[in-house]
Amino acid sequence: MSTGLEKEAETSVDEIAELIGERAIARDDHLNAPGFVINPADVQDVLFDLRDVAGYDHCSCVTAQQYADRYETIYHLTKYGNRTDEVSIVVPTTLEEPVSQSGEPVYRTADWHEREAYDLIGIEYEDHPDLRRILLPETWQGHPLAGDYDQTKPQLVTLAEHANPLQADHHDTESETMFLNIGPHHPATHGVLHVKTVLDGETVVDVDPDIGYLHRCEEQMCQQGTYRHQIMPYPDRWDYVSSGLLNEWAYARAIEDMADIEVPEYAQIIRTFSAELCRIASHMLALGTFALDVYGEFTATFQYTFRDREVVQDILEDLTGQRMMFNYFRVGGVAWDLPEPREEFFAKTRDFLDELPAKVEEYNDLITTNEIFQLRCVDTGILEPDVAKQYGCTGPVARGSGVDYDLRRDDPYGYYPNLEWDVVTEDGYDNYSRVLVRMQEVEESAKIIQQCLELLEEWPEDDREIQANVPRTLKPDTDAEIYRAVEAAKGELGIYMRSDGTDKPARFKIRSPCFSNLQALGEMTEGEYIPDLVASLGSLDIVLGEVDR
Amino acid sequence: MSQDPKQSIQESATPSTDTRDARMGAGVDDRFNSKLREAFGASPFILTKFDEFMNWVRGNSMFMLQFGIACCSIEMIHTYAIKHDLDRFGAGVPRASPRQADVMIVPGTIVSKFGPRMKRVYDQMPEPKFVVGMGSCTISGGPFQEGYNVVKGAEEIIPVDIHVPGCPPRPEALVYGVLKLQERIRHGESSPVVVKPYELERFGDLEKDELVQKLASEIDEDDLVMRYNWADSP
Repeated sequence: MSTGLEKEAETSVDEIAELIGERAIARDDHLNAPGFVINPADVQDVLFDLRDVAGYDHCSCVTAQQYADRYETIYHLTKYGNRTDEVSIVVPTTLEEPVSQSGEPVYRTADWHEREAYDLIGIEYEDHPDLRRILLPETWQGHPLAGDYDQTKPQLVTLAEHANPLQADHHDTESETMFLNIGPHHPATHGVLHVKTVLDGETVVDVDPDIGYLHRCEEQMCQQGTYRHQIMPYPDRWDYVSSGLLNEWAYARAIEDMADIEVPEYAQIIRTFSAELCRIASHMLALGTFALDVYGEFTATFQYTFRDREVVQDILEDLTGQRMMFNYFRVGGVAWDLPEPREEFFAKTRDFLDELPAKVEEYNDLITTNEIFQLRCVDTGILEPDVAKQYGCTGPVARGSGVDYDLRRDDPYGYYPNLEWDVVTEDGYDNYSRVLVRMQEVEESAKIIQQCLELLEEWPEDDREIQANVPRTLKPDTDAEIYRAVEAAKGELGIYMRSDGTDKPARFKIRSPCFSNLQALGEMTEGEYIPDLVASLGSLDIVLGEVDR
Repeated sequence: MSQDPKQSIQESATPSTDTRDARMGAGVDDRFNSKLREAFGASPFILTKFDEFMNWVRGNSMFMLQFGIACCSIEMIHTYAIKHDLDRFGAGVPRASPRQADVMIVPGTIVSKFGPRMKRVYDQMPEPKFVVGMGSCTISGGPFQEGYNVVKGAEEIIPVDIHVPGCPPRPEALVYGVLKLQERIRHGESSPVVVKPYELERFGDLEKDELVQKLASEIDEDDLVMRYNWADSP
């Protein structure tokens, strides 16, 4: 593993307790981090102290939930410079008056997270700049993840905002700006994203991403499933661009840490091996569609990237039996061992790895050294590192802004600590850097796969343990809470789970990297030309299944 | 064994194709002998009904709507792309505008917010139009059927000609579905008419029930709305 940066200093629990002082009314420790309960009126005060004094500059996630007697908002804080240094700030509010101070002035990323909490749970946030529904239609009645929600109630959904944007009534006559709907059905939005754009001539004045067109209740589905088997198929469908195994790992890691399950080493190698194949497939799609977005390259680049994805999907199909929705990881291991005959499988994978450098070379010839491509990408969609941190950006988006942050190294899991590879960062802060990061990560992934392959080949036959001993019915301790994340293809994919002693989670919250990354779109595009908006959106590489969940 | 010669041996009974062979000339490959060519035989014209001819043409030149919703759209792109290459079957031209498209592949879960938009896109397509529902979500809501926000199948909103099951269906399955659609189109079968519980209506025309009264101040009377009766949906 690369040595990377020096870690920032760890803040001890006592130091945090001292910093929060009187404002902490109780302790509510989670399995991953110490938790401090504070008053709803002290939120900004405490968060400012934690950010500026203790250095917790990454608000990874905001979880909201309802108990029988109260609402609760949890801010999961950590540091970009030291991921394992975590703290949870728990803010309870009463059922009668669910109002809490907003954390948005401290962490910009809390904006959308709190809107989601308002939308699904029904907690209101004071001082929030724009508290309205985010995932569900604005005319929706009730808050579906709150306790007393009646799912059979009829609902009305309007279509007014979808009026023809080019009609005269959408011109703002006073300021001579024009309102333009991009999406939800548009080839450049990579799915069903709706971007409300205000233009002044060709310049973008205001961008408001409108999401929720693919909000298919993933959290509800997971809360209805049992830990042991029923949750695992759903992660495949969050980030569905063939990164299924990376997502499955997020759930596997959370539940294994919660129920204290040790995964056999051999299974960890298979996991690492297959997850990195998924990363390659995912980055290939990002590359192909991005080339399609910025210079209409439907012939060569797009088809080449899909050709390579087909190869990867073939290998994964041999391993898991499926092309996209793998459902291959199990709690405590994987479903089955490598396919027989093993030599054939190894040879196939090795062929892919052997051909990859030449292909990457070809992509560099076609894309990154292409003059048109560079004109579209260099110095467009600038995302400064400080801004990226404020918005909670992670993954290739953060690394393209020079933020050296990768959970595989910073919060080690799987077999990554035992392998030789590097975290890729680029200092251009622009669309071009993000593409370069993805392309280099493909090479790094290939390195990891190569090493895993050698390990798997030499692994003694009588020691191929693929599954730990896990009870048939998993019931973690009552009130155990955990927030765990892994490095998915798009960035930090976190899962918060709370157990109530049964075999199903009482609350299952997904922290999606795309959700946070997409928030930064406004910062990247306002004041730029509209074609750069399309390029910036493409370079964020969002997947709407994961944004909306 | 009898020494007498067999009485049944005669010259071949197949019709003479000398004229046709002469017309085609030497050296023409067998693969040019399409079904059409066999039907033509030596005569250079056929008789058909104009309708049948149009159906045949429609089935063999379909413009697909470029319409990505969820997971299935990735497999749909794979179907268009290299290796599976849907274009081999005369159906590989994705059009970004519904006004240029004949066929809409619905690749993914439809949720409440997207339902009216999909209906709008469908309405914008010119007649005759056809719909292929791709994946379990467009059949019943699939794995998300119990979700509070998920429409239980595309057929609640638009008529669907072909259902391709799977989660997601493999590209081969989608190709098969498209071929089946072409077969139906060639035989002149149009979209089935279904009862649609969800319809776009003007808000002002709705019955003044509790929900409508509550939203009256928020919604313009002329706005189109879609009403989801979750209790009645399958």
